[in-house]
This record gives sequence, structure tokens and C-alpha cells, in this order.
Amino acid sequence: MSNQFVETPRQKAEFDAALEELKTVPGPLMKALQKAQDIYGYLPEEVQIRIAETFDVPLEEIYGIATFYSQFNLNPRGQYKIGICLGTACYVKGSGDILEKFKTKLGILPGETTADRKFTLEATRCIGCCGLAPVLTVNDEVYGKVTPDDIDRILSKYNG
Amino acid sequence: MLERAHILVCGGTGCTSGNSHKIAEEFERKLKEKGLDKEVKLIMTGCFGLCARGPIVVVYPEGAFYQHVKVEDVAEIVDEHIMKGRLVDRLLNAEKEEDGSYKAINDTDFYKSQKRVVLRNCGIINPENIDEYLAYDGYLAYQKAVTEMTPQGVIDTIKKSGLRGRGGGGFSTGMKWQFAHDSVSDKKYVVCNADEGDPGAFMDRSLLEGDPHAVIEAMMIAGYAIGADQGYIYVRAEYPIAVKRLEIAIDQAREYGILGKNAMGLGHGFDIELRLGAGAFVCGEETALLQSTEGKRGEPRQRPPFPAVKGLFGKPTLINNVETYGNITQIILNGAEWFASMGTEKSKGTKVFALGGKINNTGLVEIPMGTTLRTIIEDIGGGIPHGKKFKAAQTGGPSGGCIPASLIDTPIDYDNLIAIGSMMGSGGLIVMDEDNCMVDIAKFFLEFTVDESCGKCTPCRIGNKRLYEMLDKVTKGEGTMEDLDKMEQLCHYIKENSLCGLGQTAPNPVLSTLRYFRDEYVAHVKDKRCPAGVCKALVSFKVDAEKCIGCGLCKRGCPVNAITGEIKKPHYIDPAKCIKCGACIDHCPKKAISK
Repeated sequence: MSNQFVETPRQKAEFDAALEELKTVPGPLMKALQKAQDIYGYLPEEVQIRIAETFDVPLEEIYGIATFYSQFNLNPRGQYKIGICLGTACYVKGSGDILEKFKTKLGILPGETTADRKFTLEATRCIGCCGLAPVLTVNDEVYGKVTPDDIDRILSKYNG
Repeated sequence: MLERAHILVCGGTGCTSGNSHKIAEEFERKLKEKGLDKEVKLIMTGCFGLCARGPIVVVYPEGAFYQHVKVEDVAEIVDEHIMKGRLVDRLLNAEKEEDGSYKAINDTDFYKSQKRVVLRNCGIINPENIDEYLAYDGYLAYQKAVTEMTPQGVIDTIKKSGLRGRGGGGFSTGMKWQFAHDSVSDKKYVVCNADEGDPGAFMDRSLLEGDPHAVIEAMMIAGYAIGADQGYIYVRAEYPIAVKRLEIAIDQAREYGILGKNAMGLGHGFDIELRLGAGAFVCGEETALLQSTEGKRGEPRQRPPFPAVKGLFGKPTLINNVETYGNITQIILNGAEWFASMGTEKSKGTKVFALGGKINNTGLVEIPMGTTLRTIIEDIGGGIPHGKKFKAAQTGGPSGGCIPASLIDTPIDYDNLIAIGSMMGSGGLIVMDEDNCMVDIAKFFLEFTVDESCGKCTPCRIGNKRLYEMLDKVTKGEGTMEDLDKMEQLCHYIKENSLCGLGQTAPNPVLSTLRYFRDEYVAHVKDKRCPAGVCKALVSFKVDAEKCIGCGLCKRGCPVNAITGEIKKPHYIDPAKCIKCGACIDHCPKKAISK
């Protein structure tokens, strides 16, 4: 995927201000990456370089942090992020089957994004509403007690 | 003005997913419309615990316990219950008193056997309003500690109470405080571990969402006791509601002069900063958590030096789990003896468990230590759904083990659980029935640890990977009896040689299932059979020709057209085409398909 990095002046101003503020905070690197991801949606190489220069640390250290944590993304993601909970409670209630069905339906593996950048599929850790197991999320929307039969209906909501 | 009724709407994560916010908004609108908003108070609370029946609404003074409430039901509750005093029967918990009236919330089976110390305010107060916390003796414990007790006196009280770390390790909390107190330094830190990563565990999240000030107050007391003026709460980014409520609570506490340079004018300053995780299970390990709080890769450090000597930013640091802090204010207010009167000889107080899996009342329960698994599952949990048989309970998440049905009468405490090959862990309790394959469960947990291993030490990085591969072989029917012995050997090797708690405990699910469910492993290896019918490579779907009525529903439901057959004649599943998804079983009205 070719990812030409472009940023709006507003994004740049917001991020520069955030970096400035973090200069006085002890241990700022993760906070800087979190802020960057909030603003840009992912962590472009250019942004990682900027963080490295601001805090005078090697780029490899920034990259090391960015790749250590599962919530940091190095590539742009889809408009809708579908997260299938694979926590224990959901797993014993069949969330594995639900993930399988999404894989077939969307033709992508967990962590991947569809070619039209519409959907990103993710196998997520426990999101803590085990009473509703099995659970999946589409962006911030939570769907509980999901069965494989519900999947077409859920997808069609976002495919309009 | 005194209100005549209180309407409590649950704002925990479970009920919020069920739209409880819209329910609260509708109540507000409806109460205003009827001119009742002055005499009836609406409160958005933290988690009630019975997530399976959510969204939950409780109306006092009756304690009417409404379940599965929908936005459309709000009008009826207001019109009937609030206006006319007639309870809406169809929404009430079905349990009745002997006289036929519905039980109030605290008399139901789910709540009756519980003892809520840590969760005392959850589902009672509005966590986003500091005044409600203050009204329930909030910040009184801190006041008492600072004005009536010496730092050493506070530590002695905690020691005497017998409180042990609720994050899983079970180390004496008082001793931990003592070590941090005894370290000499110009700067010390108090850290709260709110990186609750065990799948199926949500105790800490519910406490942070339902009563954030209790944690803040406890950290202030800890700061006074060890001589620290700065605290950090490291919380998972996966818990947006908890993060939001903590932010609100910290802001309000600062505004009231409770947090800050001269806390409550009592001469001791303390402030708290939030740090968010970014999705790494290993950060729940205390040294990894400190690395991550410093903004680095969350790789564990070698101990010693322990954090109490050299922790955050190289300074002495006290680090406790959320639930541990949740006990502190009550110990200070009610005394060490009161706390020590609950529980067993070596495990004092209560423990919060997140009940999940194959159980009717999924949710959050708090019980005195020493309660048996049977009480938790049968009485509080309401048993297993669909009349299935209880097979095992898993405690301690990926670090723990499975407790088989034969040990259901074991009193739950730290030492008993270790003795039977599991561990307390942070409190996730997943119930499994006869449909769960124990080899598959062990594989599930190991896949999790392999994925989350930070890679710093070899036994964990490579050992667990090899262990996983052997398990995978077994679930595919390709394992040998020799593999089982090798697996056991490797488990012990990984436990003894890994750097941190993650690796040292990762083989526990395998060891405990090998110990109690060896026959299932043997069935996979020798008979090439998965007794629970879970491991896909080992099951085949068959139609019972005697039971099949030839309705064709299975044929239509099959996603890969593997089923053939004429109408009103027995159908047939082609094993070469079948992907073993189980859709046919769900569609068959006569239960004629088995695996």
C-alpha cells in the first residue's frame, strides 16, 4: 500500500501544540504517540520522526514503542473498525465462529483493512462486557449476544 | 428538599452497551413532563453487578429491581410505579417472597450471599459527583489517617488487617507499604495498577467506573504512609468509561482542594496523573507497568531491585492493584480487627469475582474469602444455563488453572487455589460446561500468552510457542502420548526459567488441565476424538436417519451446500464438503444432527 502522508494545517498545529506541552512531562513518548494517533488516525513515519527529534531520542526507540503495543497502527485503517471480542467469556460462547464468518465475508484477516478502506477487522481483547457475550464492536457501537446469523444484518448497516 | 423516590440507572459498561444512557435521558424527560423532577431523583450509578439482566433500573424506597429495561419501558415505570405506586411486574426480578410479593434487590439470591466492602458504593452513588462520595463518608478515612495516625500507624493497621494484594500475587499489602516507607529518597511514587488484562475479568473496571474516589482516597492514604506526594494511575485504554470517570473524579477532587499541594488543608500534598495503556497484557506485571508508565516499551525488569527500592523513574515506588486500594478506606475507618474478622485464616476480607462463561447470572460478585465455589456458581450464579452439567471453573485467567467439578466444595482463598493448581488471579471466574473442550481451552489461553509475550526472555518467547504447537497437534488428532509427557516437562521448564510473572505462570492452564482432564487429552491422542465436540479436525457431523424428518431446513442453512437429500427423506452430510460450522445443528428442529 502506498501511503502518501498528508496533513492538514490544523492537524499540524494541534500536534505541534501537543508536543510543546509534553516537553515538561516526565516519560512523554507514549503520550506523544497516543496524541499522534488521535490526530492522524495512525502513526505515519514522518510523525514518528518528528517525535524522535522533539524528544531527542533515536527513531528506533519510537518505532520500538509503536510496534510493542497493539493499539498503535502503522497503517491507515478503515472507516469502520470491527472488533470481535476474543476474551474468554466470549470465546466459550462462540466468538471464534463469528470471527471466522467475518473473515470469509470481508475476505481479510484480523488486522487487515479492505481494499476500499471501508472495514478493518480486529480480534480484540476482552472489552469487559462479558454479560453480553459474545460481543463485537463497530467503531464505538457495541453489539451483544451476537450469532453468526446476525452478521449480514450488521454489515448491511454500514454498507449503505 | 427531600426526594420521595430515587431512580437508579446502571451506568456500567455492560448496561451502557445496552443503551442505559438513553434510558436515563428518557427518565429525565418523562419526569420533567410529569412535573416530578423535583420530588424524584434520577441517579446514574456504577455497576450493579448483575450484568446478565441489564440494563438494570432500581427504584427506591421499595428496592424494586427492574431488569432488561428498554427505553420504551420508561413511560410505564413512571406512570405506574412513580405516579400510582404500582410496581411494573413484568420487568421485575422473578424471585418472590413467601407472601407472593417480589423480592427487593438486596434479598435476591444473587445479592443475599454477597458481602460488599469494595463494591459498597457501586450501584449506589453517582460516580461523577464527588458530593455523593463525600456523603458516604468520603475522604473521612484520609482525614482520620492524617490527623489521628502516624504513617507507621497506618502501615501497622494495614499489616494487622491481613490484607493481601488483590492483583493475583497475594503478597501482604502492609509489608509492601512498609518496604516503600523504609526506602530513603527525596522522591517516592504511589502507583495504581489498573491494567486489568485477564480476559473475562472486569472487577477493577467496575470499581473505577462505580466509585473512582475510593481509589483516589486510598492512594492519598498510601502517599501519606510512605511519604510520597505524586501518584500515577495506569489504566487500560480499552476502558473509556473508567478513564472518563477517573478524569472527572481527579478534576473534582482538585477543585475541592482534596488533591493538590496541601490536601484538605492537612499539610500533606498529593496529586495524581493518569497514564493510559495501549494494549499490552504484559503491562499488568508491575515492573513492565512501571516501564510503560515511563512511556517506554512495557518490558519487565529483573527483580530485585523491587519497585519499593527502585521503581518509577528510578525512585522508590509503591504499586498496588485497584481492588487492593478499594479496601483501604474501610480498613482505616473500621479498624484492622473488623477486616480480619472476615475470610479465612490466611486470606482476610472479601474478594470480587467477575462471573462469566456458561452461567446464568454473569456479572460481578463480592464474597467473603472462604466461600465455596458451589455457593458462587449455584446460589449466586444461578447455575448453568440450559440444564447443562458443570465441568470446570477457570480462575486466574491465562496465569491460572481449571478447577474441576469434583473440587466444587473447595473454600476459595489464596492458598487453597494454589494447592489445587490454580490461583486467585485478579478475579476472573469463567464457568465451563460439558460442551467446552479442556484441551481447546488450554490452547486458547496459550495462544493468548504467546501473542502477549514481550519477547525479552527465551523460555517465555520460544518455550510457550513450542508448547502451543504441541497443543495444536493434539487438537488436530496428530499428537502422541510422548507429546503429553514432553509438554509437561516443557511447562515446568518455562515456569522455572522465565523472567516475569507472565512466563512463570503461562503454562498453568496446560498443567492444570493435564492434571484434572488428562483423559480428554488421551481421547484426542489415542482415539482421535474430541469428547466435547469442539476441536474441528476431530468432529464429523452426522444425520440420524431415524430422527430426520426431511424438512430441508439444514440444507438451506448450510453455507457450503454440503447437505443433500430429498424432501421427507433422511438427509446426508458430505464430510468432504462440510466445514463443521454447526449451522445445521442450529437449524434442525428435531435435533437429528450430532457431532
